[in-house]
Formats: sequence, C-alpha cells, structure tokens
Amino acid sequence: MTGKLLSSIGSLGAAATLALVPFAANAQEQLGHSVPGEIGLQPSVTPIMDAIRAFHDGPLLWTCILITLLVLALLIVVIVRFNAKSNPVPSKTTHNTMIEIVWTVVPVLILVIIAIPSFAVLTDQLTIPDGQRKYLGSNIFSLGEVEVPAPALTVKATGQQWYWDYEYVDQGKSISSSILSDADRLAQKPNQPRLLAVDYELVVPVDTTVRVQVTADPTGVIHAFAMPSFGIKIDAVPGKLNETWFNARKTGIYYGQCSELCGKDHAFMPIAIRVVSKEEFANWMKALEAGSVDDANATLPALT
Amino acid sequence: MADTHALEAHEGHAHAEAHDHGHPTGWRRYVYSTNHKDIGVMYLVFSIFAGVVGALLSGAMRLELMEPGIQIFHGLAAMVYGVEGDAALDAGKHMYNVFTTAHALIMIFFAVMPATMGGFANYFAPLMIGAPDTAFPRINNIAFWLLPFAFTLLILSLFFEGPAGAHGFGGGWTAYPPLSTSGHPGPAMDFAILSLHIAGVSSILGSINLITTIFNMRAPGMTLHKMPLFAWAVLVTAFLLLLALPVLAGGITMLLTDRNFGTTFFAPEGGGDPILFQHLFWFFGHPEVYIMILPGFGMVSHIISTFSRKPIFGYLAMVYAMVAIGVVGFIVWAHHMYTVGMSLDVQRYFVAATMVIAVPTGVKIFSWIATMWGGSISFRTPMLWAIGFIFLFTVGGVTGVVLANAGADRALHDTYYVVAHFHYVLSLGAVFSIFAGWYYWYPKMFGIMYNEKLANAHFWITFVGVNLIFFPQHFLGLAGMPRRYIDYPDAYALWNMVSSIGYYVTFVGLLIFLYTLIEAARKKRPAGANPWGDGATTLEWTLPSPPPFHQFETLPRIDSKSDH
Repeated sequence: MTGKLLSSIGSLGAAATLALVPFAANAQEQLGHSVPGEIGLQPSVTPIMDAIRAFHDGPLLWTCILITLLVLALLIVVIVRFNAKSNPVPSKTTHNTMIEIVWTVVPVLILVIIAIPSFAVLTDQLTIPDGQRKYLGSNIFSLGEVEVPAPALTVKATGQQWYWDYEYVDQGKSISSSILSDADRLAQKPNQPRLLAVDYELVVPVDTTVRVQVTADPTGVIHAFAMPSFGIKIDAVPGKLNETWFNARKTGIYYGQCSELCGKDHAFMPIAIRVVSKEEFANWMKALEAGSVDDANATLPALT
Repeated sequence: MADTHALEAHEGHAHAEAHDHGHPTGWRRYVYSTNHKDIGVMYLVFSIFAGVVGALLSGAMRLELMEPGIQIFHGLAAMVYGVEGDAALDAGKHMYNVFTTAHALIMIFFAVMPATMGGFANYFAPLMIGAPDTAFPRINNIAFWLLPFAFTLLILSLFFEGPAGAHGFGGGWTAYPPLSTSGHPGPAMDFAILSLHIAGVSSILGSINLITTIFNMRAPGMTLHKMPLFAWAVLVTAFLLLLALPVLAGGITMLLTDRNFGTTFFAPEGGGDPILFQHLFWFFGHPEVYIMILPGFGMVSHIISTFSRKPIFGYLAMVYAMVAIGVVGFIVWAHHMYTVGMSLDVQRYFVAATMVIAVPTGVKIFSWIATMWGGSISFRTPMLWAIGFIFLFTVGGVTGVVLANAGADRALHDTYYVVAHFHYVLSLGAVFSIFAGWYYWYPKMFGIMYNEKLANAHFWITFVGVNLIFFPQHFLGLAGMPRRYIDYPDAYALWNMVSSIGYYVTFVGLLIFLYTLIEAARKKRPAGANPWGDGATTLEWTLPSPPPFHQFETLPRIDSKSDH
C-alpha cells in the first residue's frame, strides 16, 4: 500500500513538471487531479464517480456528438444542394405533418432513454449507504451491483474565508487546512501541485464509507466542497448542514477546489484529501487523539 | 406571412405626405423622442457601446487567464487604486471578481437586452405588424432614458467600497448572499442594486409598451396567427420580462433591506435563509436566458426565410414552440441549484422539467433547417450569421441537456463547462442572432448598405474566434477547473492559452465590425427599399429605407386569404 501511495505521489510530481511544458503529451497518469491537456473527466476512485463517468462519457456525450453532427450534416446538405446556383427555383413547402411529428417524438424518446440512467445516478448520489442498498458503479443501466458499506466515519467540513476546517465528528478532533504559499510549497511539498497543496490534508481510510457533513462559518459566506475524483460537490451554506458521502477505493492524495464564489481568495482554498490504508488511518487517528496533527502526520510516509 | 400587395399602391403618396408633423430636430429629436424608430436606434447605439465595454472587461480576464499565475490584475489594481505590493495583489484578486461581475451584468442588461428588446423590437415590431408607432410613445422614451442612468450607476459602483478596503462588487451577477450582504458592506453593492432596479423598471415599461402595441395595434386583417414570428418572439419575451423582473426586484430589495435596515431575510442568524435568495434570483434568472435568446429566434426565422426565398416551415409549430419555451422556462429554475443541498425529489423534478425544454428547442432547430430545405439560398451576410447561429446554438443546446441531469451536473456545476455552455447559447447564440438582425435590417434602418466583404470577414473571424474561446472551456470544465478563478492549477494551462488566443481573434472581428460602421457611413451606398429580393415578405420591406418618420398613415390591410 505504501509503495502504491509513493508511486502515485511520484507520478503526481511528474505530471506537475509536465504541466510547465505546454503541449506536452499527458502520458503520465496522475491520481488525484487533472493532467495537462486533459479533455475529459478526472479519473474515478469511487462508485459515484464511476457512474458519473459512465453516464457522461456514454449516453450524454454520444447524444451530444450525434445530434451536433446530424445538425451539421443537414446544414451542409442544405448549403450544397439548395444554394441559389444549384436550385434556382425554391419550393413552397411549408408543412409536413409526418416529419414534424417525427422531430418532436424522437427527441422525447432520446430524453427518456437519457432519463433512465440519469435518475438512477442521481438517486445513488443522494442516498447515504445503509450497507444493504446496491449502487450502480460504472454499469449505469443495471439495477445496482456495487456493494457499499454503511458509513464508518463522519467528517464535517466547514468553509471559512478562505480555508477549510475539518472535524472528525465522533472523535471530536479538528484540523484546519489552508493553501501553501508557493514559497512554502517549494520548501515543504515541492512535488505537490501549485494552488492545490495544503498544509494539513484531510486524512481518511481507503475502502471506507465516509459521511461528509458540509457547512460554512455561520457568519461567513457560501463555499462549495468539491472533489472531482470522488464525484462529489456540495455547497457549504451558513446555517445549513449539507450531507454527502464517498467511498474511495485507492490510496493517494486527491485535490479539489472551492466551487462557489466566496470572495477574493476563492481560487486559493483547495480541498486536499489523503486516502490511506485502514491500518495507517487507525495509527494516524490514535496519534491525533493523543497529540497534535503534526504528531499524527508523522505516522504517515512524508508527503513531498 | 402577410400579403402586402394591397399596400404598395398607398405607399407612394404615404411617403410623400410623411414629411413631418413638426417633429423636433437636433438633440431634441433624440432626448425628447417619442418615435419608436429613433428610440430603437438609440437603444442599438447604446447596446454597441455597452457591448464594447463588456468585451474589454472580458479581454482583461482572458489576458489574466492566458497563463497560470496572476498576470495583470495586481498591476491593474496598482494603476487604478494606487496600492502596492501585497495590497495590490489582494486588490487585484478582488478586482478580477469585480470584472467578471460587471462583464456579466453589462452584457446581459446593457448589451443583449437593449439590442433585442430595446433596439430591434422597438424598431421592427411596430413595422412588422403595420402599426404607425408603439402604443405608449412617452413610456418608450422614459424606458430608454432610464438605461444610461442605470449603466452609470453600475459603472459608479466599480469605484465605491465593496468589501472593507476594496472597491466594487465582486460577488458575481448572481449576487448570492451572504457574499452580497455581509461580504460586501460598502456602498458598491447598493449602487449595483439600484442600477438593476432602474434597468428593471426600464425593461418592464418597455415590455408593457410592446405587449400593448402588439395586442392592439396590428394592421387590419393581421390576426395573431398571421403575425410575423419576430413579433411573436417579442410578445412572448415581453411577457417573460413582465413576470420575471418583479421577482428579481423583490429579491434585490430584500438584499437592500438586509444590507441597510437590519432585516434578515437571507441571514441565518436572524432566521433567514441564503438559499431563499437563490430561488428568487433564478426564478427570474432562468426566464432571463430565454429573454435573451427568444427575440433572436424570431429574427433568425425571418432571415432564414428571406435568403432561402421560402416561407417559414411550420409557422404555427414555431409560434407555439416559443410559447412553450417561455412557459416551461418558468418552472425549471432550480436546475441552477443542484449542489445547494436540495432533496432527491426536488432534484428529480427539476431534471425532468428541464429536459422537456429540449423538445420545443429541437422543433425550432429542425424547422429552420426545413425552411432552408428546398430553398434557393443566397449566402448574404445576415444568412451567414443565421446559419452560424443554428450550429452554435445546437452545440450550446446539447451541453444544456448534459447539465440538465443533476447526476452529471454534480461534476460540472460551477466549472468552465457551464461557462462554455452559456456562452455557446448567449455569447454565440444570442449575439450571432443580434449580428444577423443587425446586418439584415441595417439597410432598412439607415438606408445605406454596408461593405459585404468586410461584414463577411467580421462573420468568419468572429466564428473562428468564439469557437476557439469557448470550445476548449468544455475540456477545462470536464477536467474540473472551477469558474470565477483568477488563477488555476498548471494542468489547465493549455486550454486556457487557446481560449485567450481565441479572444484576440474575436477582438479583431470586433474591430472589423466597428470599421464596417465607419466605412458604410462614409461611402453612403443607397440600399433601396428592399435589398434582399422577393424572399423578404414582411411589412418593413414595403417601406422606403430608412422608413419615413411616421409610417403607415394609411394602415396596410392584410389579405384575409393569405396563408403562411
């Protein structure tokens, strides 16, 4: 596990280096964030993001491409066949009931086909696992085939101007997570990406369902807690406690960014989640309960 | 469409008599104007001015985003506010948000709406329905003249304190509290609210005028089902404005009292709810996007028909598709709010309702193509813009279907995918329809012809430019780049660079557009009453170019047997 983590961190660093070279091929896989030149969704490590990817890259993207190509093809045909030179005398046709019915009914059918996985994917996202319910995963036309355990850990994220506070609710322990200035990042975690590296990551165990409660400082403004690789995004609203969940299957470090305009440093309050093995997490939590976050992080391989 | 042969016999002497009724000249002609055509032209001039300001603001944003790291805004802030070092960096970060906010508000309220519902609707809705003027000419005057004051207030707001120690309102055009209340204690936000109130009053007055005109002043024989599609589009849009704007006005008034009079409608500490504002805002905000695009639907229909030399295909379906879009547009608002924490059932409803809109929109796209099918198409400048519109609007439409699905929106909400989507339907859709209408009616409004080569160059350069700007933003959004960011992780560098290059290309197009105006004004090529030939069948083409100060002193009669 540790080796895997280190290798993923290594590839992160490689990708960050590549990022400095525009037009570089995105040969390196980076676990927890986008790669340079990326044109699609970020890689998934949860059943929810599996479903989002399958839904977007499947029915949605194909509908987009096919409809756009159909309209483009029709426009080209019209331009070629019915320009004033090729067709000097225009027809006077203004009605054709059959074709009007077709172009009303066919889109309805396409939308119904899209709606079936759409509702299923949405329902998965908003249903906290109870251990019984099956989730779609990447098979979005199934009735659910992925088992997800009930939440074993609850974390509360509170959006501040401009950083995140995380609380391990059942353990009564809190950490505060701020962006590393570029100088600090180069000194402490030079392999972590600019604007994403933080001083203290949120640490969670792998293969564990984590309940995330999200809110904002009651006297502050709205933020949004987003983690692309997990397929979650939910607003942090003052006076309101929102809830979402994830179950990450791969250790590594994952990055997201505040996704609701919150003032001047909106672009500078990243979300960093470090997924570690269950044993590592148990040790980490023991150290945290006994001492400080620094003590706890010292139990993990150093993040460079 | 209306049969206009009966009219032509009258028009000759109608023109001769139409000299004047002692209308004012010089500056009085415009400041005191009650003439729908003069007011329409003033709206268009105002819109071009505001559009250039909005485009310059986005230019600063694209310059900033061309490369990772903060590029220009700290320098800009240092220049404007006279601050140095870290203070300049902080001021610059805020200034970027102020620019995004101002860009949106200016483009929506002071560029697109004045062009479509102010300029073209004022000028051409009365002509198309055979009316001598609008129903309430003085309301028309005040509706226009409120706008420059609203615009001035918005510009002033840039220079007043927003957050403590910073200038301007940087909370986005959506103005979500608490960022727009406790987050911006200074008067900048109050100026912006007042600006929106006045712009809103202007639009409501204009809408009342247009609705009354269209319902009561159609020429004899022109039933609603014979009315040109642009007039229909204006009618539907005016109703949307009339129903949506008061909700915005209510919402921002509550913001105003939360800010200044101790109320807590949106403040949780006083039992209020920040989300309530979002519901009010989007109840206005979603119809607002149809307000911006529906007049374009109408204009594009006429242009497609004119240059295909064919009547519009499926006229009635086109009319009721617009009505359906207008009605359904009012019950889908919370699809802008999928991440605020709404319950599963609420999100399911808004997914279903939103997807329904794709159906009437599809009807319109296919009917435009069917109008061209079998036609004898000449690719004059307006037609290029109209065909460009159809394609770009389709691209914006299909990404709208993606975003309609709350399950997929989870990944895309508040990313550049959304920015790409709404610029495809607005910056590319609505603006292309506006340029189509501009080049279509330019000879009618000013009696002169523009240089078609220049105008075509404007089209092609803009077409390439805007696609370069906005298509890569789909990639950025999918890859997770959040919107309203002054700086972004290095992984997003490539597509941001492409997007910025696209801006420069588009800007060249804008310069060509401005030069086209100068060139046409200097060369003064007479356009004639109808430069587009027998495909142009609506009433405005029976009048000379420009139309007389007062037209239709003898009302045209529409042949009752004429069909679409």
